[in-house]
Amino acid sequence: MNSTKENSISVSNLSKSYGNILALNKLSFEIAKGELFGFIGPDGAGKTTLFRILTTLLLADEGNATLCGLDVVKDFKKIRQIIGYMPGKFSLYQDLSVEENLSFFATIFGTTIQENYELIKDIYIQIEPFRKRPAGKLSGGMKQKLALCCAMIHKPEILVLDEPTTGVDAVSRKEFWEMLRKLKENGITIIVSTPYMDEASLCDRVALMQGGIIMSTNTPENIIKQFDTPLYAVKSHSMYQLMNDLKTWNQTESAHLFGQYLHLTIKDKDSNAIETYLKSKSHQDFEIQQITPNIEDAFMRLMANKSK
Amino acid sequence: MKRFKGFVIKEFYHIFRDYRSMVILFGMPLVQILLFGFAITNEINNAGIAILDNSKDAVTHKITNKLLSSGYFKLEANLTDYKEIEPSFRKGKIKQVIIFENNFAKKLETENKANIQIIADASDPNTASLLSSYTTNIINKYQVEMMQNQELPMQINPEVKMLYNEELKGVFMFVPGTITILLMLISAMMTSISITREKELGTMEILLVSPLKPLQIVIGKVVPYVFISFMIAVIILVLGFTVFGMPVQGSLFLLLGECFLFIIMALSLGILISTITQTQQTAMMISMFALMLPTILLSGFIFPIENMPLPLQIFSNIVPPKWFIIIIKNIMLKGVGLGYIWKETLIIIGMTLFFIALSVKKFKIRLG
Amino acid sequence: MTTQLINKSEIAANGKFSKAETVISVNNLYKKFGDFVANDNLSFDVYKGEIFGFLGANGAGKTTAIRILCGLSKPTSGKLNIAGFDGYKDTEKIKKSIGYMSQKFSLYEDLTVVENIRFYGGIYGLSRKEIKLRTEKLVEKLNLEEVKDKLIKDLPLGWRQKLAFSVAILHEPKIVFLDEPTGGVDPITRRQFWDMIYEAANNGITVFVTTHYMDEAEYCNRVSIMVDGKIAALDTPDGLMKTFSVHTMEEVFLKLARGVNNNE
Repeated sequence: MNSTKENSISVSNLSKSYGNILALNKLSFEIAKGELFGFIGPDGAGKTTLFRILTTLLLADEGNATLCGLDVVKDFKKIRQIIGYMPGKFSLYQDLSVEENLSFFATIFGTTIQENYELIKDIYIQIEPFRKRPAGKLSGGMKQKLALCCAMIHKPEILVLDEPTTGVDAVSRKEFWEMLRKLKENGITIIVSTPYMDEASLCDRVALMQGGIIMSTNTPENIIKQFDTPLYAVKSHSMYQLMNDLKTWNQTESAHLFGQYLHLTIKDKDSNAIETYLKSKSHQDFEIQQITPNIEDAFMRLMANKSK
Repeated sequence: MKRFKGFVIKEFYHIFRDYRSMVILFGMPLVQILLFGFAITNEINNAGIAILDNSKDAVTHKITNKLLSSGYFKLEANLTDYKEIEPSFRKGKIKQVIIFENNFAKKLETENKANIQIIADASDPNTASLLSSYTTNIINKYQVEMMQNQELPMQINPEVKMLYNEELKGVFMFVPGTITILLMLISAMMTSISITREKELGTMEILLVSPLKPLQIVIGKVVPYVFISFMIAVIILVLGFTVFGMPVQGSLFLLLGECFLFIIMALSLGILISTITQTQQTAMMISMFALMLPTILLSGFIFPIENMPLPLQIFSNIVPPKWFIIIIKNIMLKGVGLGYIWKETLIIIGMTLFFIALSVKKFKIRLG
Repeated sequence: MTTQLINKSEIAANGKFSKAETVISVNNLYKKFGDFVANDNLSFDVYKGEIFGFLGANGAGKTTAIRILCGLSKPTSGKLNIAGFDGYKDTEKIKKSIGYMSQKFSLYEDLTVVENIRFYGGIYGLSRKEIKLRTEKLVEKLNLEEVKDKLIKDLPLGWRQKLAFSVAILHEPKIVFLDEPTGGVDPITRRQFWDMIYEAANNGITVFVTTHYMDEAEYCNRVSIMVDGKIAALDTPDGLMKTFSVHTMEEVFLKLARGVNNNE
């Protein structure tokens, strides 16, 4: 998709290892200008390493990457002018106030708060009542907002956000994604990494990462479409027993708990078999329905396929 | 430039908000100087002395009177023989013996030269050196007074001998020593900690990604500490002078200039440490062991370098504080000018350039 | 055999909970820091073998409450009984009968798997023989045979978290407190982790857990949601979803916590 538009980020065959550990294994992808692109994967998938290479903080062992046509190795100085970067664990000065943090980052990027106030206004208004408070005394959600303001104060062309929602509660996370959608309207390319699978649906496109490789790159809808087998949600009076019974069933392909349901794929495509089996295990009041998978289902299926 | 200014302002915020460190930074010189000062000034009131006057003439009487009326000394015994010196020290009541040679006044008149020998109990080196320097001062003053009435220049030669610790090098050592230690501590340790703190916080990542040049980052981190270190050097000098009477014989301007140079040297060391460490804790440990211990032990501050085994003597040459202590001692006590200490100054300049070059080479524009 | 299994699972079944034995009992608990009320009149009971979800936005007062329940901090006022011990006087006894694991700190990274197990067994006073026995069982159960002499920092995060949980219940505590145990863990390992939680609950250990994953909230028998120091809701996930007429716990959480979040 977006093939007619110019590419904002272009990466090919990128590899990086630390000693014996292969952190990134031949990554290739293209991100279009103005896209909101998510890298979804657990800790250790290689997201931070990738972001550090893109922000010119690390050198890759192999492969190239360009941002707005600029090479991350040769043109690192120019790249540093056009990106906004928010590293993991909200890097703010704990002993400086909200206002001081923001104006400091504005100054070092050669701008002022006033100059780009329009861009951060919606977010900054929410933390403005606490502008005299030291950043160290803010709650997780507010720190996250401040860090985002700081990363955007110089009106970057590309915004790189490394796990901005980790450790933040569900409310703040939701608000944060709403802010990103709005920012996207300004034409800023945003790449964001997250371990929360449910956030994938909020991105234009996502790359599912695990163990240093990208398992799949696509729109969230297409990733779900690629789920190639029927998925059943099963519920019973005793979920613990249900889980044990389904895990030991020879027809079970995968069985994962999902909230109050258990998501099941089976080798035999006949869903009646499930009912028969559960009855034989004396389950009562059980419920079986075929459902549309979500990103997490897709992720786990890709993981399982990979390990095979 | 505006970027740089903003950066420096931020650094000052960090420093001033961490009031605990501020109290320690400015309290430490105060406490150290006061402790040293009082510990020593208390002891030189009415120190017991003995006099062995082989001449017993008008001049020796006058000098004796001058000494005893100064308030520093109390006459415990008049000796008649050299053999009595050792036993009288052993009794522990006297700290110093003053010996006038035979025919003192006569020699002074005929040869324009006479000798006084001062033997001090140097088992307590600080007191001994203070007493002997007071004695010498009083004799010199007397000499100047006499000179006004005489046409020919006369010279009384006080010959100081330290008993029990003849290699004593402790004269006024603690003011130069304290300055050296504190400048080293504040400059090197504080800068290395403040740079590694940014690495720990993760803010270094943002700074590196910003258009700030690495050199600006480093210099911006260092500038506040130049100010603070310099202020502390001045505080110590003022305290040394007012509380303890430590004089600055040479040019104050030169002294401050050399302090400034030493501060820059220590800061560049601090930067070097920060380039090779990742956490505040390691930066602190390295500063403590790699900098503080040599400064205290191998600079000649406490232990005379001449008494050390040869390998340590050679090693002491690469300990920058050694050269700085020589420089400030010479300026403060001997009143010499740059002409006498240019070699040491050049050595420190060389070391500074070396550390800076190494830091620039080591400082990474990237992580990892 | 079968009937026994059903009886046991009755305990752990969602929503169908045996309230036979109370292991945590909190009544009118207050905790103040100066003028700031961190915990405002908390009252709730948690039962043996229950999985109790403890949710709340950042800064709602969860951490303070957990510290009090673990005997690390004394409440300002209110009644408190943990594992049969008084929350004011018997904090040392409380500490012996609980286990604790958090995402931030759980195992010593520079010790090996076996050394960590031995260490924790030791501080809870298990005999040498007992530690050896349980170490063997644990290594076998988690398939750690090949890595048992490796340093923790060389293990993948998911393995570490599973091991940390097993170590936290090594001394068979009555209650185990889990503070965001699955943060950043991949979805499969996250579920394996919950399998372990279910198993522990099934063995009669009460599990008190905080999480930012809302689907995990649905695995709990009952869930309490803290807002601004108060317990704003406490019920089974089903009950909560019915009360707020929504379909997921996330929506329940958003309804409750939104709006107050910005007023801290």
